[in-house]
Parts: sequence; structure tokens; C-alpha cells
Amino acid sequence: MNPATNAVRLGVARGWTDFLRLSTTPSELFGYIFYPLVFVGVAIGADLEHNETGADGSAYLMTGGVAFLLANTLLLLAQMIGSEREDGTLLRAKALPHGMIGYTVGKSLQLLLTSAVSLTLIIVASLVLVDGFSIQGWTGLLTLLCFCALGIMALAPYGAILGSLTTNPRMTVAVVMMALLGLTVVSGLFFPLDILPAWAGVIGMLFPLYWAGVGMRAALLPETQLAFEATGAWELPQAAGVLMVWAVVGFLVAPWVLRRMARRESGSRVSEARERAMKRAY
Amino acid sequence: MATMADPPAGRAVDSATGTPTETVVEAEDLRMDYGPTRVLDGLGLTVRAGEVVALLGPNGAGKTTTIEILEGFRRRSAGRVEVLGQDPARADEAWRAELGVVLQSWRDHGVWRVRELLHHFGRYYAAYSTPERVRPFDTDTLLGRVGLAGHAHQQVKSLSGGQRRRLDVAIGLVGRPRLLFLDEPTAGFDPQARRDFHDLVHDVVDENDTAVLLTTHDLDEAERLADRILVLTGGRIVADGSAEQLATDLGGDSELAWTVDGRRSVHSTREPAKFVAGLYADHGDSVTDLRVTRATLEDVYMDLVRRHGSGGPANAAEYERKDR
Repeated sequence: MNPATNAVRLGVARGWTDFLRLSTTPSELFGYIFYPLVFVGVAIGADLEHNETGADGSAYLMTGGVAFLLANTLLLLAQMIGSEREDGTLLRAKALPHGMIGYTVGKSLQLLLTSAVSLTLIIVASLVLVDGFSIQGWTGLLTLLCFCALGIMALAPYGAILGSLTTNPRMTVAVVMMALLGLTVVSGLFFPLDILPAWAGVIGMLFPLYWAGVGMRAALLPETQLAFEATGAWELPQAAGVLMVWAVVGFLVAPWVLRRMARRESGSRVSEARERAMKRAY
Repeated sequence: MATMADPPAGRAVDSATGTPTETVVEAEDLRMDYGPTRVLDGLGLTVRAGEVVALLGPNGAGKTTTIEILEGFRRRSAGRVEVLGQDPARADEAWRAELGVVLQSWRDHGVWRVRELLHHFGRYYAAYSTPERVRPFDTDTLLGRVGLAGHAHQQVKSLSGGQRRRLDVAIGLVGRPRLLFLDEPTAGFDPQARRDFHDLVHDVVDENDTAVLLTTHDLDEAERLADRILVLTGGRIVADGSAEQLATDLGGDSELAWTVDGRRSVHSTREPAKFVAGLYADHGDSVTDLRVTRATLEDVYMDLVRRHGSGGPANAAEYERKDR
């Protein structure tokens, strides 16, 4: 038995167990349902459908909801790594032979499974409940799958980086959450950008969230909704390009930051983090 | 091994029995600086196979720093270190498989079941199993050994503090390590839990011929658990021996109390017999109520710590923060 392959197999087992256990915890279940519920609720409640331009506001908003869940992988990973450094989960992995392989594989799988469930939930709920939201044929399905994968790859590594650098996971998650919410506005995720000044859109276009939104709209909205797009077309090549640049940079930097962080973990660091955490009320 | 004519290279010969004993930990002139603060200053220590060694010292003496360097979790500033034949700073995963580290759990893996977690961790060692040393430890046997058989299917977060520590020990032992590290194993224990823990360590270590290096600031614990005590203070080892050896060899001051003509006097000396002889020569039969209290290990220890000085932050990570 090769120790490294064995560790990969154990990583899969760990990811699956973590996923199953957490999925049956009430608070985590709530996390799954929370966003789909909020987005679908707002989409229906705000009654943005079929206004005078013929544009479908509710369906647009729901594509933004899907893109937001892609960005949420960043938060999830920052939170997982930050708190598992603090509680010693990571140090335990480090104390095992090839334990860091197992940990990395396990966390990646857990993130993918968790994202798959929450994305499926919000997409199915929208298909059923929101008019004008539908997968645009086989190309639409392909676009959806590709851009979900690209979006996660462009965003999640930065969560790993933040989780490795933070000394206060809860505070970091709160700050990143605010930043993401700000980005959703300048990324035109929930409503078209034309109501904002032009510079806001330019800022948005620098970040992957804007392009994840483009991908989701191309996959989930009919051609009649192209009127929303600034250029009057789904800019998929550009979207894929920008997301890939973010993904490549993320996958170059994240392993380096993770390795550096993992090298420095030790019992005294964990107990110090624990004391710090216990002094905080939040 | 005892039948070999010559001990193989790299093995020390146990002076008491004459049998070759493998050295599992060797540190020489170990130094550790956190910025301008020197925490370890020329520390040297040796641990042999199957030996239980306690690193005893006051808070901030550098115990945790030392053990983390040996575990390969911290890089030393200077000095030579060899643990199970490798430099911990550059050691590979096969080396890691020979070590057991007992970590202090807090709330990690809370949703895992006790048996499931131990079994999962054990499987990492399966790749290193040999006919002579079958690994990992059988999960249920080990759970029974640490007294958690009845809690096998409970969630880890539902365990009490003492039960969690038992699970920590089981996780440290599941790979049948040749060397086990215990850093402040019973901090925060009540006396009963502490005694149970000591029994557990004794039993498990005897069964498996595992060498143990533990840190403690509790003298009683060092005395109870260890074959050999190393006193660490001021960044170096200032005493090395069994509890009895330390008390005898290092002597320490004996305390004398006596009464002459109704006046009570007290005096500390390294040579109580000589002092008593002098006392009788001076005062003869008017000396009454003479009492000689021999130095205990505790006195020896306190004396050592006072003489070599120590202090500084209580925790290795705190040094780093000051450094930044």
C-alpha cells in the first residue's frame, strides 16, 4: 500500500464523513436552505417580473443568487480553514503521516459536495418557482456546469488564503462577507449595472464575481433578456478568460500560503489561538 | 538485541544492564532564539528506547519549545537534533509514522464518533505496517485500553474533559509509535483524573515498549511517571537523573531546628551531620528538640530553578508575538 495514495483515499473518506455529519446538523442544514430561501423569497415577493421593458427582474435576481453561492465557497473555505486551525483539526492532520494530503483532499471534497447541494437547491427552487428562469438547452446546461466549476476555482482559493492568514476567523468572515456584498452591487449581480455610474461597473469587471454572473445569466436566461447586458451579448469568452486568470493566480498562491501556514502550526500556536478565541465574546 | 556481541553503531550501551539500548532522541547544543530572546541556550538531552523521560521546568523555561522542535513542528535556531535517526526539520512522512503526538483537543472533530475518528486516524498508519510491528493498533482493543469502549459510538463533542484526554492519548498511540510526546498532559486535571491518566500511560507504554518524552511543571507528575527527570531552566538542562538520584546527588540544603536554653533556632546547611556535631560541641546537653529535615526532591528542584533563573512568557507562541 502506497502511503500517499492511502492518504488520498482517507481524505475522500474524511471529506465524505465531514459532509454527511455536518449535513445532518441542524445549524448546517439551515445554512443550506438559508440562501435559496432568501433569494427565492425576495425574487417572488419583490414581484420584479415583466416590467415595461419586457425584462425579467426576478429571474435576473435569481441568476445573481446562484453566482453569489459560487462566491460563498470563498467564505466557506476561509471559515473552515480559519476555525480548524484554531481548534486543532489541522494540527491533528499534521501529526499523521501524509495527514496534510488527507486534509486537503478531504476539505476540497467537502467544499465541492456542500456547494453542489446548495447550488442544486437554489437552481431547482428557482426553476420551479421563478418565471423566466430556465436552463437554456444543452448549451445552457454545459455553460452552467462550466461556469459553476470556473467560478468556484476562481474564488475558493482566495478563501483558503484568507483562512490561512487570519488570526480571528469569525471577524475575517464578517469582513469578507461585507466586501462580497459590496462586490455584488458593482458586479450587477442582482440588478443590471446601468442604474449605477459607469466607474462602478469598471470596478466590478476587475473581480470574478461579475463574470460568474455573466456566465449564470447566459446559462439561465433566454435571449430576450440580452437587453440587460451592456454589450447586448453574453460575453462568455471574456468571462471565461477573467475567471481563469483569477483561478490560475489563486492556485499558484494558495498552495504556497497553505504550506507556509501548515508548517508553522504547533501545539503552542493552537493553545494560544484557543485562549484568544475564549477571551473573545464573538 | 541483547545477544549481539557488539552494539551496532549509533546505539548507546545501558550502563546498568550492559545491554545495547537504542537512542531515540538526541539533542546537542540546541539553541532557540525568538528575536532577541534566547529561550534555549545549549540544551542537550538523550532519550533511549522504552524510556519515560520527563522534561521538568517552570513555566516559560522552554519545555514546549523543546518538544515542538523534536516533533518537527518548530525550526530550531542552532544545534544538532536527531529523533529516530532523522533531523526533525527535514524528516519524511515515514519518520512521522513512528511518532505519536498527544495533542490537547478542544472542539475539533466534534461531530465524529469516537470509534470512527480513532479508526480513521489509525488507517493512515496501515501503509507502514510490518510483520514485526503490525499497525495500526486494533481500534476496539485500544478503545478498551483507554477506557472508552462504552463511548465508542458517542459523538466526540459529548465526551467529558477527562474522556477527551483519553481519546487524545489513544490517537497518539494508534500508530504504535516508537516515541510518544506528551506536552503538559494533565494540565487542568483533578487529582483522581491525574492518577488515572498516569496509570494509563504506564500500562500502555509498558505493553508497547514506547519511549515517552513528556513535559510538566508538576514535580509530583514527573516523579510518578518518569524513569528519568530532566530539569530544564534558563534554557538548558541543569539536572538529569531519576527522582532519587536527583534528591541524593544534588543534595540541597537540609534544614535544622533546635532549642538551646528555651531559644528556638533554625539553620540551613548542606552538611547537617557536621553542623550537629558542632552544635553539641558548643552547647552539649542543653541542645533539645533537635530536628533535621532532609531536602526533598521539591527542595532540590526549587533550589535549581532559583539558581539558574528562568521566567519569560509562559508559552512559546507568545515569544513569537513579541518577536513580531
